[in-house]
Amino acid sequence: MNTTTAQAAPGALARFLDGDVWHSFKSSPMAIVAALIAALCVFCAVFAPWVAPHNPFDMAAVSLSDARLPPAWIDGGQRSYLLGTDDQGRDILSAIMYGARISLFVGVASVLVSMVVGVGLGLLSGFAGGKVDALIMRVCDVMLSFPPLLVALLIDGVGRAIFPHADETLAFGVLIVAISLTGWVQYARTVRGSTLVERNREYVQAARVIGVKPSRIMFKHVLPNVMGPVLVLATIHVAAAILTEATLSFLGVGVPPTSPSLGTLIRIGNDFLFSGEWWITIFPGAMLILIALSVNLLGDWLRDALNPRLR
Amino acid sequence: MLAFILRRLAQAFVVMLTVAFIAFMLFQYVGDPVASMLGQDATTEQREALRAELGLDEPFPLQFARFVGNAVRGDFGISLRQGRKVSALIAERLPATLELSVAAAVVALVVGIPLGVYAALRRGTFSSQAVMTLSLLGVSLPTFLIGILLILLFSVQLKWLPSFGRGDVVSFGGWSTGLLTVDGWKHLILPAITLSVFQLALILRLVRAEMLEVLRTDYIKFARARGLPDRAVYFGHALKNTLVPVITITGLQLGALIAFAIITETVFQWPGMGLLFIQAVQFADVPVMAAYLCLVALIFVVVNLVVDLLYFAVDPRLRIEKPAGGH
Repeated sequence: MNTTTAQAAPGALARFLDGDVWHSFKSSPMAIVAALIAALCVFCAVFAPWVAPHNPFDMAAVSLSDARLPPAWIDGGQRSYLLGTDDQGRDILSAIMYGARISLFVGVASVLVSMVVGVGLGLLSGFAGGKVDALIMRVCDVMLSFPPLLVALLIDGVGRAIFPHADETLAFGVLIVAISLTGWVQYARTVRGSTLVERNREYVQAARVIGVKPSRIMFKHVLPNVMGPVLVLATIHVAAAILTEATLSFLGVGVPPTSPSLGTLIRIGNDFLFSGEWWITIFPGAMLILIALSVNLLGDWLRDALNPRLR
Repeated sequence: MLAFILRRLAQAFVVMLTVAFIAFMLFQYVGDPVASMLGQDATTEQREALRAELGLDEPFPLQFARFVGNAVRGDFGISLRQGRKVSALIAERLPATLELSVAAAVVALVVGIPLGVYAALRRGTFSSQAVMTLSLLGVSLPTFLIGILLILLFSVQLKWLPSFGRGDVVSFGGWSTGLLTVDGWKHLILPAITLSVFQLALILRLVRAEMLEVLRTDYIKFARARGLPDRAVYFGHALKNTLVPVITITGLQLGALIAFAIITETVFQWPGMGLLFIQAVQFADVPVMAAYLCLVALIFVVVNLVVDLLYFAVDPRLRIEKPAGGH
């Protein structure tokens, strides 16, 4: 691999279509199915306001007389509510689409934040070495010795205590910080490992010799060459972040109740399990599993495709 | 060996001190105890008086030392939400969580290791493929969904098992146990399975991968060549050598079990520490959060220490290499 990966040359798409990764994708049915499912989920989520049959947040359109209707194919169901309605008469299918939108947003945002923090600290750690390296790696060790969920819960709890009357934006911010602070360690460790290898390569030495500034070497020369494993990590991490968000929301400490994510929907539905309205909780749960599983499978495939040793 | 133990102990001490410091900072900067104790109408003099009485006007290191001293004695003050001593709250919830976690760990090990060995030995057959697919599902499914699905199937549809609380418990001194009554066992089944699924799948996959790795090595071929029966090769030689990573993961996962117990306890309304903690997070109840944090950190540190020491018991290579190389 050379440094051209970072530049979007004119023939980038053509080269990608001719490359190993695309060929490996085409020959793996599992990856194609997973990608299709993931793409469908992402499409429904991103374009929820346009493709959803109802707007679950429009109080005028929701009527309590439609509450707790079963899915359309069960006696008593209505055709306009394909997957039934919840306790307030909201269409489950639309609520799932809007919920997936929020889940995806929190998941992707958390991954981006932890990626930036982790890659930055990893580069610094591997490049600077010495005391900086030791300090960052010690922090990583301590973080790794606690389960991510616990760390996220703690940060979330502290956030709630510091801002007791947070508005919605702030609540999302706290949640995203809480999830991303649990995830950056893996990026930092991976990037540090590859940086230690790369910094002794000839191209880095050559850059040094001609007097390129260390910060420029770090970002322009080393960074593009350590990004491969980071992308794989990020893919799998998206699934993990979405599940963490769902778990926090299920526990009632995640997204604000005014913007229900998939986890919130499952939490709401959980209260109606015993009165027989299983669809309120099962369908959002199924959507969550679909997203997590398809993204995980894609990540697995990408890891194998980018790892030449496995071919 | 001694130097190793001493170094690990020092490390554990530093981690505990860090956690104690975080907990202390929670008390310092999250919420003002004086304001919450006196209310809005108190005069400045009253505030100052209470501040002095609580020792809040003392220098920072002294306050921290006092906090650590109290924490070591298990004194974390009074819960803001329930108005009771935090230590009493935790002590009353601890048995429920420990019984649940240990039950889940036992299920995960007793089911996970044999299935992992099976999947490795019968590699490629339909049944081992099925086991592996199920385990992938087990790793991907979030704990709370597993709990909900189990409740839906066994409590709502089949009405076989209860889904709520611990059932009848028997008390011994301060320890309440559900393990002595049939009702308690019935209540334990679903939560324990829910909590164990993730660990079970993890152990299964790990044992399988390690077994496949070990079965390729020369000493296994050699053992076969010596004419040892399959059983001796698989269980006497192969399985034994897969146990080091299994012990590590199981040990480290014991902490994860306690963290996941928060979810399981919420789904099943199991009256353990996790439920207490999640309520504390919802209401920003700092003393309970700090106490839970310190206790969980202590459990973690002790478990990690024990795992490291177990290495010496399981892996003889560590004992031999030590005097030659050192660190």
